[in-house]
Amino acid sequence: MADIVLDKVSKRFPDGTTAVQDVDLEIADGEFVILVGPSGCGKSTTLNMIAGLEDISSGELRIGGERVNDKAPRDRDIAMVFQSYALYPNMSVRENMAFPLRLAKLDKETINQKVDEAAKVLELTALLDRKPANLSGGQRQRVAMGRAIVRQPKAFLMDEPLSNLDAKLRVQMRTVVSRLQKQLGTTTVYVTHDQTEAMTLGDRVVIMRGGAVQQVGPPQELYDHPRNLFVAGFIGSPSMNFVHAVVEDGRLRTALGDVPVGDRIRRELEAGDAPKELILGIRPEHFEDAALVDDETRRRGMEFEAPVDIVESMGSDKYVYFTVEGERASAAELEELAADTGAADFAGGGSNLVTRLSAESSAREGETRRAWFNLEKIHLFDPGSGRNLTLQEGRSAGALAD
Amino acid sequence: MAVETTTRAKVRWGLLDVVVVVFALVPVLWIASLSFKTPATLTDGKFWPREWTLDNYRTIFDTDQFVRALVNSIGIALIATTIAVVLGAMAAYAISRLDFPGKKLLVGVSLLIAMFPQVSLVSPLFEIERQLGLFDTWPGLILPYITFALPLAIYTLSAFFKQIPWDLEKAAKMDGATQAQAFRRVIAPLAAPGVFTTAILVFIFCWNDFLFAITLTSTERSRTVPVALQFFTGESQFEDPTGAICAAAVVITVPIILFVLFFQRRIVSGLTSGAVKG
Ligand SMILES: Nc1ncnc2c1ncn2[C@@H]1O[C@H](COP(=O)(O)OP(=O)(O)OP(=O)(O)O)[C@@H](O)[C@H]1O
Ligand SMILES: [Mg+2]
Repeated sequence: MADIVLDKVSKRFPDGTTAVQDVDLEIADGEFVILVGPSGCGKSTTLNMIAGLEDISSGELRIGGERVNDKAPRDRDIAMVFQSYALYPNMSVRENMAFPLRLAKLDKETINQKVDEAAKVLELTALLDRKPANLSGGQRQRVAMGRAIVRQPKAFLMDEPLSNLDAKLRVQMRTVVSRLQKQLGTTTVYVTHDQTEAMTLGDRVVIMRGGAVQQVGPPQELYDHPRNLFVAGFIGSPSMNFVHAVVEDGRLRTALGDVPVGDRIRRELEAGDAPKELILGIRPEHFEDAALVDDETRRRGMEFEAPVDIVESMGSDKYVYFTVEGERASAAELEELAADTGAADFAGGGSNLVTRLSAESSAREGETRRAWFNLEKIHLFDPGSGRNLTLQEGRSAGALAD
Repeated sequence: MAVETTTRAKVRWGLLDVVVVVFALVPVLWIASLSFKTPATLTDGKFWPREWTLDNYRTIFDTDQFVRALVNSIGIALIATTIAVVLGAMAAYAISRLDFPGKKLLVGVSLLIAMFPQVSLVSPLFEIERQLGLFDTWPGLILPYITFALPLAIYTLSAFFKQIPWDLEKAAKMDGATQAQAFRRVIAPLAAPGVFTTAILVFIFCWNDFLFAITLTSTERSRTVPVALQFFTGESQFEDPTGAICAAAVVITVPIILFVLFFQRRIVSGLTSGAVKG
């Protein structure tokens, strides 16, 4: 067990691609860290550099305080679980799991004992004599995990280990991974594409974009206090709504009406180089049906009226999609996110607002409805740099803060 | 409906298979039958010999000529196969694993060699080998065999290597294997079927070659069996060598059959299944 430190680690491929750029990351001993980001942002490359499967172009990697840049994978004492499982097809499950131990030259008895132990933890005991070809996807996945845990390495690296499983099995294996990591307390770096895995599994989440780290923090913190437009749009499902806003006389003119701003934001907007246009970000759950808001709450937000497009009743609450007029929020980050999800989430012409209202809301499709949103929870982004203007010392304070 | 068509298709394919097998095997059996006939009954046109004899076999193994040619054939084919497969494996490994400048060119050139009409090379090779003193020696045949077998070896081997999931090598390294251990314990067992298949193909190519063997040899020193058969005469000038030639033909197919049978057990298809998902 050990901590892992990435100190300005970069990766340039021979063809000139910079896949990872100046990544600084300190992973504490026993911590479970998740790497997320859109496809091609350098997650696997980062993981492979930690593993030793890719050379580090510049920067330093320390495991347990020791510089390991030039060490071969086998000397780093790290186990890895691959997306493809990478089981040895010519070996039985037992031999697969024993392989790392045999290479470590342990005696037969110890090997058998350790394999049996790991098999028990992963409920593989009955399958020990099968070949990987005769296992189901979930079982193969568990064998891959088993091979990683048998020799108690300093750290686990997992590259999208669950992405080949179907949805139900994935949920099941997610809890297995989580339980296993807690039980063993081994430092783990886990790469995923999946929102839910990112939010639920790790102690901390690292969001990457184009080879650079965007923000590192506990999942809730990233959700509540995104440092920039990219993080805000990436974390959360359904994702944050983005509305185009124009700065005018210390107010923000938007399709939802004029949004008042507090002193701090105003001061910032009065600066010479301040952006004249902003992007307003509101999470779906920070909307409410105006009819259901009490006066005390009403004062903290503002209201608008818009035609209801679709109503989806989830039982516990209602997803109501409003159509709003006006210019669509546009920024490089938003386009990138839209391209990654392949969905119209971000590219909805700025005209679709996803809101999560109480189940009691009587909103019906086709009608024009009055809705309320919480000004203390909104974010303002500079479309040029993507920076979150409402962030104050890492905390988001809403638009009204003084 | 679907079941009906599949059974009908099965029958149709079965019949077709039988036709092909019969077509291919009848001449072989005919030769085998001739090799057991006595000179008197040789031309009786009967498929089944009326009088069985092993004389033809005795004759060929009595003549030094044939035994010597057999040794040449086996030696030359084995050496050429080994070298071609080893070189081919290295080239194929590089082609399927690495991106290096000139990769396309290498593949293209090897394809070019494979397509080059060998007949047109015979006279130049003859001249070159005479100048170099390679004419009528083992290396004089081994070299052209390797040259023409290599493209074949590279092609089949790289097709096999491409199927091996390289994540396995990475996984082995993560599990604590050195590069050599990863190759020996994980990659080599998976590459074996491809290597054996290629070895069989290359061996058959070398074993069956007639063109190079007849132009690049002149004496028993390096003459291989297919050529030796041509020079076969009976004990005396007046004896009909047909029976002996047939016996020799049977004898030289035996190593091929043994070779294939020996390696076939190792060619287990689907050996890599279950390694990775999808
Ligand atoms: N061998 C290579 N040579 C050149 N560029 C490469 C190489 N391997 C990866 N890249 C590039 O580096 C970038 C990062 O790749 P990486 O595999 O780390 O992405 P990723 O975040 O894991 O994506 P995904 O989620 O799709 O797996 C990509 O733009 C990719 O095209
Ligand atoms: Mg990846």
